[in-house]
Amino acid sequence: MSSVYLWIVLAPLIGALVAGLLGRQIGRAGAHSVTIGAVAVSTVLSAVVFKDTVIDGAAVYDATVYTWGQIGAIHLEIGFLIDELSATMMLTVSFVSLMVHIYTIGYMHDDPGYQRFFSYISLFTFAMLMLVMSNNFLQLFFGWEAVGVVSYLLIGFWYTRPSAIYANLKAFLVNRVGDFGFLLGIAGVLLYFGSMHYGTVFERAPELAGLTMNIWLDAEWSVLTVICLLLFLGAMGKSAQFPLHVWLPDSMEGPTPISALIHAATMVTAGIFMVARMSPLFELSETALSAVMIVGAITAFFMGLLGLVQNDIKRVVAYSTLSQLGYMTVALGASAYAAGIFHLFTHAFFKALLFLGAGSVIIALHHDQDMRNMGGLRKYMPITWITSLIGSLALIGFPGFAGFYSKDAIIEAVGASDLWGSGVAHAAVLLGVFVTALYSFRMYFMVFHGEERMDEHTREHLHESPAVVTVPLVLLAIPSVIAGAIYVEPMLFGDHFGDSLKVLPGHDTLAPLAEHFHGALSFALHGLVTAPFWLAMAGVATAWFLYLYRPDLPARVRERAGVLYDVLDRKYGFDEFNDWFFAGGARGAGRALWRLGDETLIDGLMVNGTARLVGWVSGIVRHVQSGYLFHYAFAMIIGLLVLIGVFVTR
Amino acid sequence: MTKLLFYAFALVLVAGGLRVITARNPVHAALSLVLAFVASAGLWLLLEAEFLAVVLVLVYVGAVMVLFLFVVMMLDINLVPLREGFIRYLPVGFLVALLIVVQLAMVVGPGTFGIQRVPPPAPAPPEHSNTEALGELLYTVYVYPFEIAAVILLVAIVAAIALTMRRREGIRYQRPDQQVRARREERVRLVKMPAERDR
Amino acid sequence: MIALSDYLILGAIMFCISMAGIFLNRKNVIILLMSIELMLLSVNMNFVAFSHFHGDLAGQVFVFFILTVAAAEAAIGLAILVVLFRTRSTINVADLDSMKG
Repeated sequence: MSSVYLWIVLAPLIGALVAGLLGRQIGRAGAHSVTIGAVAVSTVLSAVVFKDTVIDGAAVYDATVYTWGQIGAIHLEIGFLIDELSATMMLTVSFVSLMVHIYTIGYMHDDPGYQRFFSYISLFTFAMLMLVMSNNFLQLFFGWEAVGVVSYLLIGFWYTRPSAIYANLKAFLVNRVGDFGFLLGIAGVLLYFGSMHYGTVFERAPELAGLTMNIWLDAEWSVLTVICLLLFLGAMGKSAQFPLHVWLPDSMEGPTPISALIHAATMVTAGIFMVARMSPLFELSETALSAVMIVGAITAFFMGLLGLVQNDIKRVVAYSTLSQLGYMTVALGASAYAAGIFHLFTHAFFKALLFLGAGSVIIALHHDQDMRNMGGLRKYMPITWITSLIGSLALIGFPGFAGFYSKDAIIEAVGASDLWGSGVAHAAVLLGVFVTALYSFRMYFMVFHGEERMDEHTREHLHESPAVVTVPLVLLAIPSVIAGAIYVEPMLFGDHFGDSLKVLPGHDTLAPLAEHFHGALSFALHGLVTAPFWLAMAGVATAWFLYLYRPDLPARVRERAGVLYDVLDRKYGFDEFNDWFFAGGARGAGRALWRLGDETLIDGLMVNGTARLVGWVSGIVRHVQSGYLFHYAFAMIIGLLVLIGVFVTR
Repeated sequence: MTKLLFYAFALVLVAGGLRVITARNPVHAALSLVLAFVASAGLWLLLEAEFLAVVLVLVYVGAVMVLFLFVVMMLDINLVPLREGFIRYLPVGFLVALLIVVQLAMVVGPGTFGIQRVPPPAPAPPEHSNTEALGELLYTVYVYPFEIAAVILLVAIVAAIALTMRRREGIRYQRPDQQVRARREERVRLVKMPAERDR
Repeated sequence: MIALSDYLILGAIMFCISMAGIFLNRKNVIILLMSIELMLLSVNMNFVAFSHFHGDLAGQVFVFFILTVAAAEAAIGLAILVVLFRTRSTINVADLDSMKG
């Protein structure tokens, strides 16, 4: 079995290298064939592993593949930990990646960087798989950084656009902030546990539960709390939690396939995965869990609000992703790790579906992304229409669809939690349901229904996208419908995750839910009479009212809202603040160092100053050399005087 | 008696020296220098260095000082502005000189070379000839420096002439080196031509 | 009796007079040369005094040579002075400052 794991990881890497280095030789068809073949291999093998590990219940595989370095007692290794959690992630990642690869044939059809794109997305698949299959912190960090780098490359794929370059640098830098915390967390792990291997760390974790460290001004902090908070800082960067969320909307500068792959299904979920993987550590720190929950709740609600005022179709989906990531984080904070991963799993499908559907619309409108120029597209693009509807229903949590099971589980779990801040979090996620429904059906109605607002020329050319685009849509729509119903019981209440997720009895918020669970169908029927459903329907109705029945109203609402609209439009001022404080601060510091440090101090004082000092001194000293003989003679005599004086008085 | 002579000569010597440096007229200064040399010669006689005393007068006064006087009188010197600045720097200069005298006196004074330390020698007998004794030393032990001294004098002569000799324009004079180098072939050319009768 | 130190002090006084002559005199190069002669005289005085009191004639031999060299030096010095006067038409020391830094 170990060679299978190796092939899962290496196939995309080989595909990436071939497409990247030999792109020109093998041509477009060659590039996409090689990479799609490689990722298909990965997908099939991941399915095999999934069956073996989850369904057949094979033993957990935790072994080192290669030790590439040793520093004293620390071993730097490449190793794999294949348990239920990583098997689930592997399948998700490789399947969505495969869908995106196929989709890209159609989307990037006319792009000159075709082979480069395939190389990058295959490379990304490799990095993400390394991340989820890792059995030690160092490899996790490698995968973490690698996905960040490939994300940078892909966001700035069209590198001649200044907005794209701005976006990819922003993404990378904001990620860096998170990575800083992450690295400190890993350092903490190494310092206190003496090893970076998951198994060793998790085993020893309970022993360090009471240990405290002195950080600053004699304040004693629990070691595990500090480590968990630092690790979560990394997750905040990678999974775009508030306040490190600012990069995700800008990342829509990249081509739509990568928005689907990286910024919906896989890279941003790395943070969620990491926290779930570290559940043995997080369980031992209630402070960290509270922090996680609160940050997630803030993200879930406030980012959803921002989705209401976007006109770019991809931005709506981006803010939706931010909001749903917030939901996953809240679940983790409530110790409902299974629910969080379950939502990650279902969200991967329907969010990728929504992005690819948006991409299909964008292709049809010749790469125009403004929703104000769309409308009534359901007549022209039926497959895109139906699949997008399915995705939207899944997103709002309509009973029966995949999103419903995972979302409702989260809401119930947060309600059952008694951590500090759980009340507020519960309110936030409930209200978030209304907001989610509002923005997602706002988008749906504006794009597929209502009056057709595109110009005549575009309308004539409107047609459904080619099969390479619509087949992935269909293939993603299927799990968006059924994945929830199939997996709700095994994942949440059953033994799907085995021992990979650790929950302490005092925190178990899924247990009350388990008591009331009588199967997927009854859960769905019960869902028709719960608060989330009503809130979601209210959202849909409001969207219908504002965008179909009385389309003139939104403009008037905006006028009346005034300040409120302004705050949302400026995204709570975060971008402006970051630009002013951090970027401007860095530029200002640079300028000060240049003017003051370089020009004044070093150039003026030290370099030119010494020269001028020498000039000034020599200007004075030169008067000694007067040219007069008697002056020189006098100097000699004075010297003689001193010399004799020394000898005489000694 | 010796003491009296010593102080007399010493006084004249010092007075002469002072007059040299303070005289306005350079001729006066030169003559004061002559006086100083003569007084010095007297002192040397007291020290039983007769030959040197005489040589001092003959050579130094007779030749060197005369040369000085030649030059002083030859140069057309403007006397009036020469004394400026002297008075201004006198205090400092005087002080420095005084200090050095004091220091030197501390070194070579009675403490080190007084009468107790270095007793005065017995006077030489009447037959003793300073010149002869000097000659005995000079032509045997110090003959090499003697010859070199002669060469130095030669060099001085040549140098002085080389520095100051001027050629006047338009004057004809012989150049023996060229005369010797002249060759018949360069000077005389025989030309064959028929005899002519001039009418 | 005249002690050795008396002669030596006399020599020291002559030396200092001539030194003062060198740096107090700012107007006449000839005075400078004469001061140099005075300086040599004072040194000669020392040598002769030592020669007498130690009974060693080497001092007088040295004076002999000093005399020779002094004569040569005076001759050349005056020759230089003459040439200087020809080119500069002045023997004012204060005018000779072309080596000024």
